[in-house]
Amino acid sequence: MPDLSRIDEIVASYQSTKSPLIYILKDVQKEFGFLSESVLTQVARVTRIPLSDIYGVATFYSLFTTKPKGQHIVRCCNNAPCWVNGSEEVLQKIKEYLEIETGETTGDGTFTLEFTSCLGLCAVAPVMMIDDQVFGNLTPEKAVAILRDYKTKGSANA
Amino acid sequence: MHRMHVIIAMDPHTIAQGARSIKDALVKNLELAGLSNEIKVVETGSLGIYNKGVVLVVFPDGIYYTGVKIADLSEIISEHLVKGRVVERLHYRDIPEESRAEEKAPRFGKQLRVVLKNAGIIDPESIEEYIAQDGYEAYGKALTEMKPADVLQTVKDSGMLGRGGAFFPTGVKWGFAAAEKAKEKYIICNADEGEPGTFKDRLILEGDPHAVLEGMCLAGYAVGATMGYVYIRGEYYMSIARVRRAIEQARKNGLLGKNIFGSGFSFDIEVREGAGAYICGEETALIESIEGKRGEPRDKPPFPPSVGLWGKPTIVNNVETLATVPQILLKGAAWYKSLGTESTPGTKVFTLVGNINNPGLIEVPLGITLREIIYDIGHGIPNGRGFKLAQLGGTTGGILTSEHLDLPFDLVNLRSIDAGLGSGALLVVDDTHNVVELVQNFAEFFNHESCGKCTMCREGTGRLVELLHKLTSGCGAESDIALIERLASAMMKSAFCGLGQAAPVPILGCLRYFRDEFTALAQQKRQQIPANA
Amino acid sequence: MKTLADLRAIKEKAKQELASREQTAKYRLVVAMGTCGIAAGARTVMTAIIDEISKRGITDTIVTQTGCLGYCDQEPLVQVIQPDKSVITYGKITPELARRIVAEHIGKGNVISEQVFMQS
Repeated sequence: MPDLSRIDEIVASYQSTKSPLIYILKDVQKEFGFLSESVLTQVARVTRIPLSDIYGVATFYSLFTTKPKGQHIVRCCNNAPCWVNGSEEVLQKIKEYLEIETGETTGDGTFTLEFTSCLGLCAVAPVMMIDDQVFGNLTPEKAVAILRDYKTKGSANA
Repeated sequence: MHRMHVIIAMDPHTIAQGARSIKDALVKNLELAGLSNEIKVVETGSLGIYNKGVVLVVFPDGIYYTGVKIADLSEIISEHLVKGRVVERLHYRDIPEESRAEEKAPRFGKQLRVVLKNAGIIDPESIEEYIAQDGYEAYGKALTEMKPADVLQTVKDSGMLGRGGAFFPTGVKWGFAAAEKAKEKYIICNADEGEPGTFKDRLILEGDPHAVLEGMCLAGYAVGATMGYVYIRGEYYMSIARVRRAIEQARKNGLLGKNIFGSGFSFDIEVREGAGAYICGEETALIESIEGKRGEPRDKPPFPPSVGLWGKPTIVNNVETLATVPQILLKGAAWYKSLGTESTPGTKVFTLVGNINNPGLIEVPLGITLREIIYDIGHGIPNGRGFKLAQLGGTTGGILTSEHLDLPFDLVNLRSIDAGLGSGALLVVDDTHNVVELVQNFAEFFNHESCGKCTMCREGTGRLVELLHKLTSGCGAESDIALIERLASAMMKSAFCGLGQAAPVPILGCLRYFRDEFTALAQQKRQQIPANA
Repeated sequence: MKTLADLRAIKEKAKQELASREQTAKYRLVVAMGTCGIAAGARTVMTAIIDEISKRGITDTIVTQTGCLGYCDQEPLVQVIQPDKSVITYGKITPELARRIVAEHIGKGNVISEQVFMQS
């Protein structure tokens, strides 16, 4: 059972901020990894915002998650500028290598594969983001090499 | 005083190629060599060179090095920084047409830098360097020598049109809020950049954050606001950090806070982070998000200048718009009007992406043609392939083909072919791509990003994906093309906000110019589909 | 920040720092820093020049360096370059002479003729 008292502290730290719910949820997610029902219920209790509203916000934004995720989050861009530079092939290879579809987590809990909307790195397209690191000029082989590095060393050089 | 400056471009593109560790190593090596007092290492925003690894520029010589690795640093230091000999094997001569100051424009071909005049020149983490380039001069002058109405009038006279995509006259928008009687008014800088292919705002925020803050301050003074918010996309970690730092520095120097320049005017700015939602670029959705709610667009009217954030009059302006305002105040409305074309004054920042040899960020006066951008500035299309189409303004942008290569870009000309400048993203697509697959990619994007509030957009984008998938997988019929057209025009008429209304634009554009490719796929089915499919 | 004058004071100071990145400076001071120059003391000359320019608040001058000029017996060498004028090369420069070059040549426009090794 996670220690829900941290939520009280987080909420208190935003006392002087107007409408701080998004900041609170960001911090709470950082603390607990994901926004579970018990965590959101506690946020509702402390902030006195209806749980339904909080759930609405938590499920609206793509940086929030109500389910546990892998240790590393791989976000692939497949928007048009990446697409015309071959992101489809990269994504296909990543799915094969990780043996999952987008939105899923690998069996060992190491990777979650997601889509991301344009990251504004189109000059080095195609790109992906692993946690908060960005990797550009990808080819299917390069993408797999980076993922392999993460698997064995926990990080990779661009 | 430092005898030399080594500039290192620190933008997401170069960081992705290792700039951070190169900078750390350079600083350490200079310390070891006892050169720290003579040579200053300065981080700047993008220098407009992409895809070439880590970029260093050594001033005063103005020598560009690209593809710099840690192993190269000792040679650069011992040869160039100590002995003054250029390391030729890393020397990059093909400097893109990027001008460092607009006065130097002729040297840099077709570009003209107004908004980007400081990007890549100053240290964005130093307020002093911004001030040295006439920073906060316009603000000081406005507060001590001008009335709010004069500031407003100057912006109106300049004819500036908002750079967020709608190109609404900035001065007129400000005028609406200025006319409202309210104790609290707000200025919001819309930095929720997320339009595919667009990264101009990010480079302005990271390369010259104080210009954006100064623009907000001037807007605040003109309309009588007391508080400003910079709403930055949650994924833009570095922009958030740079702007936060700039705000701190401005506060410390008394440029934000109470009684600024002894004028009695008080104004402060705060950063608000997004949490990943494309729709929050829509101004009322953005306001909802700052209020801590789901970012769903509001019913309009009332428009934000009358009823906005927390119900108060609010101006929402794009990053590029705000960063231009200080220069209009400094150099005058007539100067700004003299740039660009009659219908669309000023310069425009474009991001050049897709199948192009020299992708990146450019700033050009309006009136430039597609041919000049693709072939002169962008160095053409890679691998000797042909030009198929360009999409201007982001994923909702109109479609341009080879028949439009010589059309001067401005609002009137572009409107005549159902296009617009939008976000300034220019996606170039070569002739190896099938247009229906491209359109399917657009449709998938809209389907993913639709907020779900209205039926027309939520269901319409989904059905478009299905119909296009039918065609690309060889199961479509010609009646599906007609259905796509009907659905698209229904969405344009009845969707709640700009997203659903504009989503069909590129789809109909592609259909107009490349209908034969849709038809070919629809007919292909009858010839090829096996009996068991 | 209370007045425009406060802002301008910050501006002047910052401009000095930035001046070295401008390529439009009135004077360009070049110190020859080949192996021979360094062996002859070019580094202390360089330090003195930077210090003096800084002290005097000179903003229209950039200091740079170059390799061996081929007159090793005259090292340390310092060149003063002005657009559209002949290049003045001073030879056998000590830190004291370097400070004088900044004060006289850069500051007042007076060439220190007895130290001129070459004019080209």
